[in-house]
Amino acid sequence: MCGLCRHLSCRRHPAGGEEMKTGFDIMIVGIGGQGTILASNVLGEACLVEGRSVRGAETHGMAQRGGSVESQIRIDCEFGPLIVPGTADILIAFDLLEAVRYQHFLKEGGEMIVNNQLVLPTSTFTSGQAPPTEDDIIGMLKGRSVEIIDATAIATAAGSPLAANIALLGAASHTIPLSLESLLEGVRRCVPKKTIPINEKAFLDGRDAVQP
Amino acid sequence: MKGEPGMAGLFAGIPDHFIIYGERTTFVPLSQPEEEMERKYLLGNFAIAHACREAGVDFVSGYPGTPSSEIVENLRTVADEIPHLEWSVNEKVAYENALAAAWCGCRALVTMKHVGVNVAADPLMTSSYTGVTGGFVLLAADDPYAHSSQNEQDSRIYAGFAKIPCIDPSGIQEAHDGMKRAFDLSEEFGLPVMVRPTTRICHSKGDIALGELATEHRTGHFTRNPRQYVVIPAHTRPLHKLLNEKQPEIKKRLIEEGFNTHEIRGKKAVIAGGISAAYAREVVPEDVSIATISAYPIDEEWLRAFVSEHTEILVIEEMMPVIEGAVLEVACGQTIYGKKNGYLPYEGEFSPALIAGALKKAGFIKNELYPAVTPAENLPVRPPILCAGCMHRSTFYAMKKVFKDGIFPSDIGCYTLGLQLGAVDTTICMGASITVASGINLCGEERDVVCTIGDSTFLHTGVNGLINAVYNGADMVVVILDNRITAMTGHQPNPNTGKTACGVSSIPLSLEALCRSCGVSFVETVDPYDLTLLLETMKKAKEETGVRVIIARQPCIIVARREGLKRRRFMVEAESCTGCLLCIKYGCPAIEFHDEKASINDLCSGCAVCADICPAGAIRREVRR
Repeated sequence: MCGLCRHLSCRRHPAGGEEMKTGFDIMIVGIGGQGTILASNVLGEACLVEGRSVRGAETHGMAQRGGSVESQIRIDCEFGPLIVPGTADILIAFDLLEAVRYQHFLKEGGEMIVNNQLVLPTSTFTSGQAPPTEDDIIGMLKGRSVEIIDATAIATAAGSPLAANIALLGAASHTIPLSLESLLEGVRRCVPKKTIPINEKAFLDGRDAVQP
Repeated sequence: MKGEPGMAGLFAGIPDHFIIYGERTTFVPLSQPEEEMERKYLLGNFAIAHACREAGVDFVSGYPGTPSSEIVENLRTVADEIPHLEWSVNEKVAYENALAAAWCGCRALVTMKHVGVNVAADPLMTSSYTGVTGGFVLLAADDPYAHSSQNEQDSRIYAGFAKIPCIDPSGIQEAHDGMKRAFDLSEEFGLPVMVRPTTRICHSKGDIALGELATEHRTGHFTRNPRQYVVIPAHTRPLHKLLNEKQPEIKKRLIEEGFNTHEIRGKKAVIAGGISAAYAREVVPEDVSIATISAYPIDEEWLRAFVSEHTEILVIEEMMPVIEGAVLEVACGQTIYGKKNGYLPYEGEFSPALIAGALKKAGFIKNELYPAVTPAENLPVRPPILCAGCMHRSTFYAMKKVFKDGIFPSDIGCYTLGLQLGAVDTTICMGASITVASGINLCGEERDVVCTIGDSTFLHTGVNGLINAVYNGADMVVVILDNRITAMTGHQPNPNTGKTACGVSSIPLSLEALCRSCGVSFVETVDPYDLTLLLETMKKAKEETGVRVIIARQPCIIVARREGLKRRRFMVEAESCTGCLLCIKYGCPAIEFHDEKASINDLCSGCAVCADICPAGAIRREVRR
């Protein structure tokens, strides 16, 4: 319980409370079909490897038809699966525009790992609205701790562009409180068997693309 | 993902990029050979499916609907261990099939989304009178915030209306455990039991402890008992009395079973139900008591005892004030905060932040728990969209071109996304496109009425409307969007597919013969990728009178690609493109527009329709690279 506000799970007074916030909340955002759910499964499996409780919430159903999607993962969580905006410890975005859309979920000082890909929604073409450029979007992320990596290039070099989601996880892995070995075991459990070496390499190369 | 056990065949050769459905990407083998079950990281619906197998479910039926679909989808992967499993044509059919199996002593499960319960409400309301012999569980998945639904109705009301027990879990483990016990409760009280998870249970994940799978199954046997199964007035009156007499015992058992629990920690209390209880536990201060309601009906004596220990009580539940009503009935001088006095909303989904706000408003906490945040504004929206190469898009395009002044009632499925193309004027519930069309036509509206309905929805409840429209003299066009599958919910087979839920071949129904037998003389089938023929057929239909049916038939592009279909992509010749934007207006996600020229991206599936639309002839199939 927090010594200041007396809450069991205080997120306001991590330094002043008796106990630091214990859980670690991760937002993974992207576009339906990009593999956000697989990435969140890797984290869930890695939690199982370490015997830690975990909750996750994800987008299913029609929203996935090329729409904006989010997966929320809460490590060491015994409560519900939803992350409160302004409290996520890290945000992993598969697309620049989605990074901007969900950035308010991050806590102050929280880290963003962003794929430098920009898929423009079809609505920008059909509505005749001027589409934002990559520079516009990077400008909108100013003031955040942002790492932008070319996950597709890393994954392609590792053997398949489809491993971009795993490369992004690798890039985020320095911050995530799970051991490298557990995360790699998570990858092995979740990806198709014959693609394990490619995905392991994509994970490690993604990890190397970011300074710890 | 492709290559995963059980799904390998389906996804062979298909790039993962095209596997859109999350429920498809997360299939995991649930069988555990070891005696000791380890914890698994599972989707709520998969945990529920596993619980049904632990309970030894003998008969499974349902109609797909988000967020319920993955339960039967998961059980399909182990269909050989379940004596009977089916996707039924609608929820009423599914319910009655499962009910009959339970009358024959089998353990039966029927699944549907909340609005499906409306369709199944007729048998539901009387099945509590007849009761059951085998355990019978109705899984009704609610969708607060209407993530993928047409409304936010609360199935707990239905359970109360039918006077059956309702289990409303606050998390996945509880959903798993509650599902298993629901079969026992059903047999103990001889009543159907509702299990009512919400989207944030069905589509959330957690580390779950699973139990042993059942190894034995029952064979159904019908024992004749007209006093129970023939509900003529003379029989139903005593059955109703019997049902009412069961209620006090049910309430007591739900407390004994530990579904509804409380912890007294102070003079103020929170009473929370369903997933809201999990959110509440995260934010409620240590000196505030908590009661968790996970099953209905609530025992009044138990509730009164808890309420009387407190001075102020905040009741937290999504949607209808079911618990709040019960609390107000037993309260005696306590201050009750809830929906009825504006502390919490009647609509939408709850969250820890929303509950923290209510706690502060009620004076249970002093400080804001969470920081204020401002989402970025004016971002281009990214709504779901019909796939590149979807057959619905060209059908809508032709329909709008020919029936310029037309009115377009539509229905429930992927094609509701035709709203973005200006081709959907009404959607209310499954099957209502044809009936709304005939109503509009018969009330004096003079413009052409052209409705669209998918094959699965047509077979669900659409065909009744067609029979009625023909019989009562409507003058309208029905376009059946026949993609051979129930696509939106994750590609479940229907009688039009030619395969059962278990993968067994069955005779595909003939939509043409069915429509003709309803009395429709104009029935034309067309390939929607053939834009010229499609336009011609629409024009021909426009000139006729009476009910005219056009069947636009082309397999769902996702299924076609999974089954190995490959077509070469199209490209825009930049020098020929005049930048007229006609292809852009077609709204395909594969077509982009940069620097006054159209271009085609990787999403292109080679349907060729845009090439027919381009007036400059600038779009052509790519030469093999």
